[in-house]
Amino acid sequence: MIPSPAAIRAATEWLSARARWHPLEMLFWLAAFAAIFVLPDQHLILTEIAWLGLFALSLDLILGYAGIISLGHAAFLGLGAYTAALLAKFHIVDEPVLALLCGGFVAMAVGFVTSFLVLRGSDLTRLMVTLGVALILAEIANRNGWLTGGADGLQGVDIKPVLGLFPFDLAGHTGYTYCLIVLFILFLLARRLVNSPFGLSLLSVKSNPLRALAIGISVDTRLVIIYTISAFYAGVAGALVAQTTAFASLDLFSFDRSADLLLVLIIGGAGYLYGGLIGAIIFKFMQDYLSALTPQYWPFWIGLVLVVLVLVGRERITSWTTPIRRLAARLDWRTTAHLTAPSTEEPGH
Amino acid sequence: MTVVLETLNLVKQFGAIVPTSNVSLQIEKGARHALIGPNGAGKTTLINLLTGVLRPTSGSVLLEGEDISALSMHKRVQLGIVRTFQINQLFGDLTPLETIGLAVSERRGQGLDWWRIVGSRPDLVLESVEILEHFHLTDVIDRRTAELPYGKQRLLEIAVAIACRPRVLLLDEPAAGVPEDERHEILTAVAALPEDVTVLLIEHDMDIVFSFADRISVLVNGALFVEGSPEEVARDPRVKAVYLGEEAVDV
Amino acid sequence: MITILVDGIAYGMLLFVLAAGLAVTLGLMNFVNLAHGAFAMAGGYVTVVLVNRVGIPFFAGLPIAFLVSAAIGFVFERTLYVHVYSKNPLDQVLFTIGLVFMSVAAVDYVMGSSQVFVQIPNYLKGQFDVFGISIGRYRLLIIVLCGLLTVALQFILAKTRFGSRLRAAVDDSRVARGLGINVNWIFALTFAFGSGLAGLGGALGAEILGLDPTFPLKFMIYFLIVVTVGGTSSITGPFLASLLLGICDVAGKYYVPSLGAFVIYTIMIVVLIWRPQGLFSRVGSR
Repeated sequence: MIPSPAAIRAATEWLSARARWHPLEMLFWLAAFAAIFVLPDQHLILTEIAWLGLFALSLDLILGYAGIISLGHAAFLGLGAYTAALLAKFHIVDEPVLALLCGGFVAMAVGFVTSFLVLRGSDLTRLMVTLGVALILAEIANRNGWLTGGADGLQGVDIKPVLGLFPFDLAGHTGYTYCLIVLFILFLLARRLVNSPFGLSLLSVKSNPLRALAIGISVDTRLVIIYTISAFYAGVAGALVAQTTAFASLDLFSFDRSADLLLVLIIGGAGYLYGGLIGAIIFKFMQDYLSALTPQYWPFWIGLVLVVLVLVGRERITSWTTPIRRLAARLDWRTTAHLTAPSTEEPGH
Repeated sequence: MTVVLETLNLVKQFGAIVPTSNVSLQIEKGARHALIGPNGAGKTTLINLLTGVLRPTSGSVLLEGEDISALSMHKRVQLGIVRTFQINQLFGDLTPLETIGLAVSERRGQGLDWWRIVGSRPDLVLESVEILEHFHLTDVIDRRTAELPYGKQRLLEIAVAIACRPRVLLLDEPAAGVPEDERHEILTAVAALPEDVTVLLIEHDMDIVFSFADRISVLVNGALFVEGSPEEVARDPRVKAVYLGEEAVDV
Repeated sequence: MITILVDGIAYGMLLFVLAAGLAVTLGLMNFVNLAHGAFAMAGGYVTVVLVNRVGIPFFAGLPIAFLVSAAIGFVFERTLYVHVYSKNPLDQVLFTIGLVFMSVAAVDYVMGSSQVFVQIPNYLKGQFDVFGISIGRYRLLIIVLCGLLTVALQFILAKTRFGSRLRAAVDDSRVARGLGINVNWIFALTFAFGSGLAGLGGALGAEILGLDPTFPLKFMIYFLIVVTVGGTSSITGPFLASLLLGICDVAGKYYVPSLGAFVIYTIMIVVLIWRPQGLFSRVGSR
């Protein structure tokens, strides 16, 4: 029995449509790039949003796509930041983009090694192990003050112009453009990845590891790979922090960072790549507003948001995106594909 | 006839419990082999040992003469030992099309491809659609698996296994829990499995077993009790005794 | 050497009293309460206020710390926690982290961010000399008190009706429910009791551990290590783990100060790798 060309076309359509660019996505990125020219006064906060968005994206890759909970993702942020800052401080790698990649690779290497610790065990063990790894790294940085500056942070870092052409400025113009471009490139790669067979296999592992094994997927290998990639992303985010602030501090490794990150991703919703970015925007503006009121008690509001989010139900809270999703659904792949399903197609091929 | 899958003195022991005791089973190429036995006879444990979910305490599993006892589950799948589950194990969030597409792409070794989009491989799509049509799943191709009717999920369970192109397919009670009116569809699908695929069927329903199998092994208390053609097994008084709930007669 | 051992034991005992409640909640409902330290902090601050400001004697402050923390624990359990048990681990973690952050900021707001100390009576200060070994009086008090508490706990769990019901509920809450045991009620009481113990530990430990608003964050990892290493199936496991942790931490900081907190983090990770399932989820291991 040979399937009809129409059925095959429809199937191709269904399998490809998720990867197609949606008008809302284009709008999102157009707005982000337009902000370079339209919102010059906001570039400092936008810079923070860009790297936080990248950081959240890296968590989304493991939490939203592979189902790995982490309480210690800040480990990789700190590693990337210190690597980039140290390379610049000691003039080992002066060019920021190269140093950025180095930051990513160092985090990636540590991510690879520690990924084996998160393979086994329940969610709770994973929480503990990731938290423990972050604590150990923070302690290493703390103990080696001769190199890292210890509790005072790494000062006196001089960041050279990007590609030797674009010096960083105090208003964050270069910083924002630089972060946004890095974010966009890594986002494109992540988008490609999650829509590939590999991305599909991650979703399957998250959905049912036993069945994934039963169709011949080496679950452990997949988890190691995505955890390593995620560590790279977080490392790059950390390097961006260090380069745009010319500073790296122990606080980057802290539990609070990892916890904030979870909140960022949860606000925006995990598992669709944009959650981290949208969450970063909301989080930063909320932080900006609330800490202007009471800088010291900002954690209280984070805590309150977390408690309320859970009590009310994350699904219900993140359903604030429903109108957007509904709008998106009008052009969504599943819906369109269903409407134009078999036989109505023009004859051909 | 050549033997595809074979166990040699296979033993599995959990403390004092021995769910598999000294089983030496041979499954011939292209066979329609049924494994039956009363509840608690150790059928599922045996399947788990064959597929690598469990490691044997002693003894070995051979695939075409090669010892595969130490291989993990996914490696055995890649070698062609594929199973279905008594209780559905599906990807609830994925659609049947994605599920089958994934299985096909994994079988072709494209699972680590992170650049091309799943739908961009015409041959993969063609094969997936063929499988879905064969199992009458075309009308639910883009629905979330978790929302499918139970019968369709059971069909998908078999379809996924077929998408792995098994050499040996282990069917663990394929019709379990399926309502009477949907049962026929499953049985037709089982009967229409490709002839070159060797099938080991675990089943309680004797009608299914006797209409399907050309060879039957009876497992009692973890050990092979009787083996033979359906006629031989049907005639064997010891089997009747076991199934009538009487004490097992010593061999 | 002996002094360090005694310090380590005192520290470990304290950790046990602080973390015992967490071990039980984790074992009973498979619920990881990262905010456990907040209840300890509550007890610590209650004692500070009562003893330093109101002028209540130290030994009267301790039971009040227990009662206040237990009451807070009970109220929180009945109003908030009870809605979160059935949620997935991610939600539980987010929720309890939220509580930690809120408690940290709230205490900071009310009490200020600087470290505070309980004024302990003069007769508890200074050292004993036993066979030429000097032992801090306060530490000895901690060892004695916590030792008594441990024995009492063991007794409650092993000999009382409540204890046997609790153990039944820990073993299999569904079966326990089937036997007509009111598991919810048991859990509320246990939670309150565990919070009370934590509060008592916070009150006793304010002198040794230091008390400031970041207490729940700083000691969260210690509590988690206790329950991870010790397991949750008995009270003995966490007890031994606490002693081990206390001695290793004190000795590590004394002998190899350059290693700092590595010793204990490393122990935790090694144990997690060595026995990843068995330590945390009893349900998963069977």
